[in-house]
Amino acid sequence: MTASVALKDKEVAVDEEGYLVNLADWNEDVARTMAADDGIALTDNHWEVINFLREYYAEYQVAPAIRVLTKAIGKKLGPEKGNSKYLYELFPYGPAKQACRYAGLPKPTGCI
Amino acid sequence: MSGTQAGEGGNSKVKRFMIVNRKAPYGTIYALEALEVVLIGAAFDQDVSLVFADDGVYQLKKGQQTKDIGQKNFSPTYRALGDYDVEKLYVERESLQARGLAPEDLLVPVRVLGSTELSVLMEEQDVVLSF
Amino acid sequence: MAVLHTTNKSPLQTRDLESCLRLTRPGCGILLLEDAVYGALKSAEGSDMLAEAAKDRRIYVLGPDLAARGFTPEELIAGVTVVDYGGFVDLVAEHHHVQAWV
Repeated sequence: MTASVALKDKEVAVDEEGYLVNLADWNEDVARTMAADDGIALTDNHWEVINFLREYYAEYQVAPAIRVLTKAIGKKLGPEKGNSKYLYELFPYGPAKQACRYAGLPKPTGCI
Repeated sequence: MSGTQAGEGGNSKVKRFMIVNRKAPYGTIYALEALEVVLIGAAFDQDVSLVFADDGVYQLKKGQQTKDIGQKNFSPTYRALGDYDVEKLYVERESLQARGLAPEDLLVPVRVLGSTELSVLMEEQDVVLSF
Repeated sequence: MAVLHTTNKSPLQTRDLESCLRLTRPGCGILLLEDAVYGALKSAEGSDMLAEAAKDRRIYVLGPDLAARGFTPEELIAGVTVVDYGGFVDLVAEHHHVQAWV
């Protein structure tokens, strides 16, 4: 099954759950477009999490599970952001799953 | 030995899983599959430990560069295991020595144990998965 | 022209390399690829068998497979030549035929 996200100038391929097929296709427009398709306008707070995930993936080659993400965000950005309430408000479809999708990462291992 | 073991939080559903890695990375898919199982087990709050024996110790070798073989270098993920609360990494001393490797050659801190100590640990597990 | 033998399994897990060495003759080429590259490391147990063979046979290691596993050419036993994919193709072309010990 093939699907894609339509950007201004091109289409990028995504899998049946909406994750990028080629991680190299990612740019900020991809994230904005995916979010807009979900009815979300990305704010600085969203970007903070998205950029964190991209850095985490570059370092460890793995998309962190929700528990790991929450803990790691808390360590880096403080406890007021490292909790599931804050993250669920930003990413109501599930912080790890949804934010990883916008960040161009694979679906986190262990998420169902 | 009972089938289940009480976890730290008193959750009786926490089981002790041991993943035994005996294959080198990249030549076969076993090492990568084992790592996936570890991440899944940890995401479900299970008590997961890893053993590296035989050629499995090569999974932890520092300096892996896979660009030219067209495969993902998954070795950095072992360094993320601490974030998943997977902190029990055991390496069999005999396997390490047979390959002329020392703990400094490995990309994560591990506990080096002899085969006898490892076999005792294996007996204490609820589930042992071998890759 | 001589035969090029290839083997791709770690000699610490299987005996393919041993069989390959037993059934090769002086003058032939032996290319270690994938997990077989571990067999050419100075540090690994049993590499003396290969060092002995290197006296009258040409031993090659596929460089990209060595790098993927975190080792450098300096860690190989003496007398081993590292080749890239182009070198692999040249070896195949230079030899009479290729025998794979899988």
